[in-house]
Amino acid sequence: MKILNCPLNGPRNISEFVWGGEVKPLPDPTAISDLEWGAFVFLEDNTAGVVREWWCHVPTSFWFIAERNTVTDEFLRTYPASDLFKQRVDFKAPPKRAGDKPAGGAQ
Amino acid sequence: MPLGLLKYGLRKTYPAERQIPAAQPLRPTYDVVIIGGGGHALATAYYLARDYGITNVAVLEKGYLAGGNTARNTAIIRSNYLTPEGVKFYDMSVKLYQELSQDLDYNILYSERGHFTLAHTDAALRTSRWRAEVNKHLGVNSELIFTDDVKKLCPALNCSEDVRYPILGALYHPPGSIARHDAVAWGYARGAARRGVEIHQLTEVTEILKENGRAIGVVTNRGTIHCNKLLQAVAGSSSLVSKMAGFRLPIRTIPLQACVSVPLKPFLDQIVVSGSLHVYISQSSRGELVMGGSTDPYGVYSTRSTLDFKEGLLGHMLELLPFLGDVKLARQWAGMADMTPDFSPVMGLTPLENYYIDSGWGTWGFKATPVCGLTMSYTLANNKPHELIEPFRLDRFVNFQQVGEKGAASVGH
Repeated sequence: MKILNCPLNGPRNISEFVWGGEVKPLPDPTAISDLEWGAFVFLEDNTAGVVREWWCHVPTSFWFIAERNTVTDEFLRTYPASDLFKQRVDFKAPPKRAGDKPAGGAQ
Repeated sequence: MPLGLLKYGLRKTYPAERQIPAAQPLRPTYDVVIIGGGGHALATAYYLARDYGITNVAVLEKGYLAGGNTARNTAIIRSNYLTPEGVKFYDMSVKLYQELSQDLDYNILYSERGHFTLAHTDAALRTSRWRAEVNKHLGVNSELIFTDDVKKLCPALNCSEDVRYPILGALYHPPGSIARHDAVAWGYARGAARRGVEIHQLTEVTEILKENGRAIGVVTNRGTIHCNKLLQAVAGSSSLVSKMAGFRLPIRTIPLQACVSVPLKPFLDQIVVSGSLHVYISQSSRGELVMGGSTDPYGVYSTRSTLDFKEGLLGHMLELLPFLGDVKLARQWAGMADMTPDFSPVMGLTPLENYYIDSGWGTWGFKATPVCGLTMSYTLANNKPHELIEPFRLDRFVNFQQVGEKGAASVGH
């Protein structure tokens, strides 16, 4: 079985991991339009070559970053997500816009 | 045709029929250029020529004809999907398939078998009932049956309760069929070529030419071509080709593996599928068991095979058909599947004018070959999406109007 080097747990069988897809820069959810948010959520680069991806070691719920060649299926490097993301992101509810329905459904 | 057959039989030599003409140099312009030379591309070329009289068409294939996912699927044809959009679309495909051998005058070895989607949990029974009701409402023959009927209709299956996942029932879809996948592509290729469509193999598109937001042609390894309309129908490479056209797709390229056993005497007339166990199996006309499982756990642009896949698939399969324990595998392969987040295809118009797309065919492409040809040819000829593919438009994602297709193959639910 293929072995993946988890930054927390060391080399483990690939079946212990879950693939999380491309690392994409997070746009400010309160500042962008619904269209742009949809594009961020659903559209992919789907690169053939070296990519930076999210992976999770399931038994320990540890998310990390792996650099992998998607053509040869070789892992080049793995490291904790904290190497890439230095700043804490706080999610706040967007400011109310005109025409927004009150929370809790139609009244 | 019988007279032609008689004449052929009385000849002294039996020359092989050339089904598509030998390669010619590329012409500088065409009305329509189709990137990709698989079943969908060839079907579109065929219906463009047959129904709309558009014959100044070039099909460009970077490898050999129908050597991609058309050659790598498990040839199952059915329409027992879950969403009304999906059911209507695939039902049209089944109807076209039933008449396809006559239409193309080419035997596609269409064989109606009956399709069983096994349920091993209450949740799966519930989905089966849901699918059966949606199917019946739209005139598709599907029925929820329970273990007694499964035993009667499919005696080869192990219906014992003494297994990890006992069979509780099944979604039974009598029109479920298999066909010879190569013959489908070759039949369409011959039909298109006879009407004047040019098929160019070993012709790779390296650049898409644009002018003022319109596609105007392609650069290939054999020269530059200009055209009025351009269609991409390239399966696993969809994202790479759309990148040349200048837009992104909601697609991840994930391999789907399959394998066949050595030929056995006919014992399994039916097509058996289990979404929970990630197994599908049917017996081909040569006697081989054609088997597939779930898609790979992560994306790769490669058609390599893995041992993990076979362990997972065969472990579950032996629970359904335990007497196959000593049977050997003969071949294994993989195809690169365009997986979309909602398990429905991406078809129709694109942000680039005169540029059309047929992609997102994940694990459900072969069964849609005829209806894709029919609807994409309409879309190209009229510059508007056919009503059957309207729900599958590319911008459904950014507008949050997905078509969640839980009836797709190789998808657990």
